[in-house]
Amino acid sequence: MDQTRQAHGRRRFLKTAAGAAALTAGTLHAPYVMAQPSKVKVGFLLPYTGTYARLGTAITDAFKLHVNEHGGRLGGREIEYVQVDSEAKPAKATDNTNRLVNLDKVDVIVGPVHSGVAVAMVRVTRESGTLTIDPNAGAGVVTGALCAPNVFRTSFSNWQPAYPMGKVLADRGMKKAVTMTWKYAAGQEAIGGFVENFTAHGGSIVKELWVPFPKVEFQSLLTEIASLKPDAVFVFFAGGGAVKFVKDYAAAGLHNSVPLFGSGFLTDGTLKAQGDAAQGLETTLHYGDGLDLPKNLAFRESYAKATGREADVYAVQGYDAAQLLRIGLEAAHGDVKAKKTMIGAMESTEIDSPRGKFKLSKAHNPVQDIYLRKVIGMENKVQGVAHKALADPATGCKMA
Amino acid sequence: MDFATFLIQLLNGVQYGLLLFLIASGLTLIFGIMGVINLAHGSFYMVGAYLAFSLTGLIGSFWLALPAGVVLAVLLGIALEWLLIRHLYRRDHLYQVLLTYGLILMFEELRSILFGDDVHAVAVPALLNFSIRLTDTLSYPVYRLAMSGVCLLLAAGMYWLIARTRLGMMIRAGSVNREMVQALGINVGLLYRLVFALGVALAAFAGMLAAPVASVYPGMGNQVLIISFVVIVIGGIGSVRGALVAALLIGLADVFGQVVFPQIAGMTVYLVMAAVLLWRPRGLFGSA
Repeated sequence: MDQTRQAHGRRRFLKTAAGAAALTAGTLHAPYVMAQPSKVKVGFLLPYTGTYARLGTAITDAFKLHVNEHGGRLGGREIEYVQVDSEAKPAKATDNTNRLVNLDKVDVIVGPVHSGVAVAMVRVTRESGTLTIDPNAGAGVVTGALCAPNVFRTSFSNWQPAYPMGKVLADRGMKKAVTMTWKYAAGQEAIGGFVENFTAHGGSIVKELWVPFPKVEFQSLLTEIASLKPDAVFVFFAGGGAVKFVKDYAAAGLHNSVPLFGSGFLTDGTLKAQGDAAQGLETTLHYGDGLDLPKNLAFRESYAKATGREADVYAVQGYDAAQLLRIGLEAAHGDVKAKKTMIGAMESTEIDSPRGKFKLSKAHNPVQDIYLRKVIGMENKVQGVAHKALADPATGCKMA
Repeated sequence: MDFATFLIQLLNGVQYGLLLFLIASGLTLIFGIMGVINLAHGSFYMVGAYLAFSLTGLIGSFWLALPAGVVLAVLLGIALEWLLIRHLYRRDHLYQVLLTYGLILMFEELRSILFGDDVHAVAVPALLNFSIRLTDTLSYPVYRLAMSGVCLLLAAGMYWLIARTRLGMMIRAGSVNREMVQALGINVGLLYRLVFALGVALAAFAGMLAAPVASVYPGMGNQVLIISFVVIVIGGIGSVRGALVAALLIGLADVFGQVVFPQIAGMTVYLVMAAVLLWRPRGLFGSA
């Protein structure tokens, strides 16, 4: 498979290279025209095939939507795009990032979706100094041990959406909880956040259950949960695994005796497939349906008009990545080489996001409200704010 | 673990094992008996799940979608064998690996084009959509029990077909000495086409049956591919009985490994495989 994909990638690269060559040739022949500055190059490192293709597309569309709302220009400069399919494969992330940085010579990298890709990508861009905006991947180290002045994130850290649920459950008088997730970084970081806050407020963890990633056979652990009889179960699952887990949990009759909670990805983009099994589930996330903010309503309307799809949390994060870039470019009057000015403006700004206004932490991760949501019909209805202006601890970040 | 929980876990293990047998059964035919290394087995499983999803939507009944899907899968199997596989019987295994790997990519892209990348669900048929209460906190979904029943029937049916019928005798003979069987006046080409189609149909049937509990999503086939090969190899290549015993063994190892040694849950299955192969290098029921 690698062979064919690589050949495909090589062809695409040749096309891009040929395009770039043509562009350079164009500028060489027109040294006297001067007036029009060259375009700002934005490189998307996002999955356009595979399980996460839907996420990559939503982020790209929302990013372009914001640029188009400003007449295709940010800070007076036209924007052009280079799209590289990350395939959500960490093994290819270093090569893909190097290609964008060294061959396409992009000014900004926007990506990725997958945490493993993010870690490899950031290792490259913190060396090259390329401005980087992470519109999804939640790996803690991106704004933790690997944080850098040129690396920003407009989404969340894996710790962030899970942490508030600990206090929510403790406040409801729940004392004993069981946690369950896939044994990989995102799951471990999310469960860590929940456990930290739950135990800090007097709760105790009866047992942490782990499933090898990406296995979706849960029956034996559901039996385990039934025999432990905790007050609550907190899980991190996403995508196909989330659908199967929620359905299995209900089919095992556990939803009647042991309430299930999770970070919001458990019920995001999966409700149609989960059907009745998801009704009433409560989760925490930095976005939710029916968020009654003028910015959100306007965004949802224009996104639906532009793409024919309903906006989701991924679209919001992509839109905010474009907002953040605009703020930087406007401050530098379009001079993408004036990185200090751009970074200074970007890290001190307040972004008017569809999810609600937020600022960035010193480690460049959003300091944002985390909402408590409840599944009602086909929506994750916002019930209230579970934690106001929550900042990631940014463990290991020297800038913080 | 109290005794009741132990019994339920035992049930979980047997139930998972039977499901594994169902998934691996098609591979027993294609890899075990025909000797074709078929990496696309997981893709056929995925095709089945998506057939269940689209046909249930189209026809409106899961029960009618099942036979319709099996017919389509048989046709797919015949077409693939005629177009591609039959050219590779005499070639090295490497060619089969390359070709069937190519099929994985093709089916993934087709799935993406036809159905997109969302997660889909197939409703559990109303007749079986209830659970039996086992303890005060736990119930057991009846659909899972029904699946186990189907798996047992299928195991019996396959054993009967391979060991007790004339067709089975020809298949076994063909796998040992193709030329001799041909010389005896049996159309081996047709025979192999049938066996391959049956293997594809079994994989797709497994996917269809699993769709209501497993949900339908991109990449679902890759997850079952490796475990299917593990089952076949432990059981002994070409042995239906071996595949059944191996599937049950793996099911139990997985369930109890998950509960007793959660830290190495991902490894237990492979440790069992290593142990069995050290003890019997040709698998439990492999012929020397």
